[in-house]
Amino acid sequence: MSKLLTISPSPHVHTSDSVNKIMYRVLLALVPALAWSFFMFGFEAIRVTLIAVAACVAFEYLIQKFIMKEIPQITDGSAALTGILLAFNVPASLPTWMIIVGALVAIGVGKLSFGGLGNNPFNPALVGRVFLLISFPVHMTSWPVTQHAAVDALTTATPLALLKEGVKAGQPVSEIMTALPSNLNLLYGNMSGSLGEISAMFLLLGFGYMLWKKVITWHIPVFVLGTIFVFQGALWMLNPENFIEPLFHLLTGGAMLGAIFMATDMVTSPMTVKGQLIFGVGIGVITVLIRNFGAYPEGISFAILIMNGFTPLINAYIKPKRFGGTK
Amino acid sequence: MNQMQNFTKGFIKENPVFVLLLGMCPTLGVTSSAINGLGMGLATTFVLLMSNIVISVIKNVIPSKVKIPSFIVVIASLVTVVELVMQAYLPALYKSLGLFIPLIVVNCIVLGRAEAFASKNTIATSAIDGLGMGLGFSFALTLLGAAREFLGSGKIFNLTIFPEDYGMLLFVLAPGAFLVLGYLIAIINRLNKA
Repeated sequence: MSKLLTISPSPHVHTSDSVNKIMYRVLLALVPALAWSFFMFGFEAIRVTLIAVAACVAFEYLIQKFIMKEIPQITDGSAALTGILLAFNVPASLPTWMIIVGALVAIGVGKLSFGGLGNNPFNPALVGRVFLLISFPVHMTSWPVTQHAAVDALTTATPLALLKEGVKAGQPVSEIMTALPSNLNLLYGNMSGSLGEISAMFLLLGFGYMLWKKVITWHIPVFVLGTIFVFQGALWMLNPENFIEPLFHLLTGGAMLGAIFMATDMVTSPMTVKGQLIFGVGIGVITVLIRNFGAYPEGISFAILIMNGFTPLINAYIKPKRFGGTK
Repeated sequence: MNQMQNFTKGFIKENPVFVLLLGMCPTLGVTSSAINGLGMGLATTFVLLMSNIVISVIKNVIPSKVKIPSFIVVIASLVTVVELVMQAYLPALYKSLGLFIPLIVVNCIVLGRAEAFASKNTIATSAIDGLGMGLGFSFALTLLGAAREFLGSGKIFNLTIFPEDYGMLLFVLAPGAFLVLGYLIAIINRLNKA
């Protein structure tokens, strides 16, 4: 890309932050959860992660160089980050060629078709994930059993899928819950699921690191998770036989991963706190609706993509106040 | 413009789907396979050719106040012919196209060519325009259908190219239509620019 002249309103305060630095800090924040997946899923998790990262970086390089005819910008770390997030969002047993297709869709369709980093309206990793989920429904919903589980099986259902099947079969929630892992197990990540979503604790650790380094602010994750908690809590209080207690929904599926690492993507989320409130509440409400009433057991990826679509509208209506300006 | 250009403009330069972006409803709705796209395209071509001829014949006797209703009556009659013929001789195709056949009546391309071209030109020119536009529409729908069928189930015109297990289901579903159409338009824009 040619050199851009940055024009911004005063005050001009200089910071040493750069795209590279932010991307590598997010990557670092993902390390604890990644290490946990390697521990739980073994070699398969390493395979999925390496292939996803390598494919994303390779596609970014090839498309930028040969189709867009620009100087490739792979060292900024954004393609590698998309790769890791894509790997986090698929089962550890996904065939290699499907990961490569997902990487091509994430980078080619989700990001570079719109002009590259900063221009994409949707989170590229989620575009890749949803493409895979709709294209290969069987492979994307058969979850490998973790290495340390005591059962003798190859695949298993996620807690959310167990809940959905139970509710569809007309069982009361109290009965389904006997088959579900305890909240403590869910917290540290002893359950099946997508590669990187299983451990709420290690994802929260990454959240703490990003807050400390000021990579993201607390607003969006808190708004998303708070909305899920309040909305699900209200449903639970109305009818505890049909709806499960809200903490379960915070700790299962991609709720933590989505709220902390996907919804906070700087390119695809609103700029102002008020906008982020609308964005976060929207994600929370849609997630709870899909999980309780939709066809899929998990809906946060769809929820984030839908609210990504609303982001330009939110930004157009809720503008930041100019420094020194009056109403 | 000579008659050759008049005929070929519908394929790339003024393609009703890729350039004029008319008739998006059948374009996105029926192109889940190449044969569906071709069937829909040829049915529309017949209606387009006949309606352009009929309207250019009667253009001088239609009062301008009832122009559009008169066009609709002509087009609707022709669509009824297509629908009944297809139902009698191609029941399988008729079943898979379903509601989209009667919807040709309100297809923007048919009405658009009647209003913008046939009501101002001679019979021969209108017929060539209708045929060119119709074949351009068929070409676009077949291309879109073939691309979706290939990516979605590994087949083109029901010929297996690669095993169906490797097909990407998304391309057979609605989002696939939007994705493939977007990329085809990008390619056509690139060709028209060069």
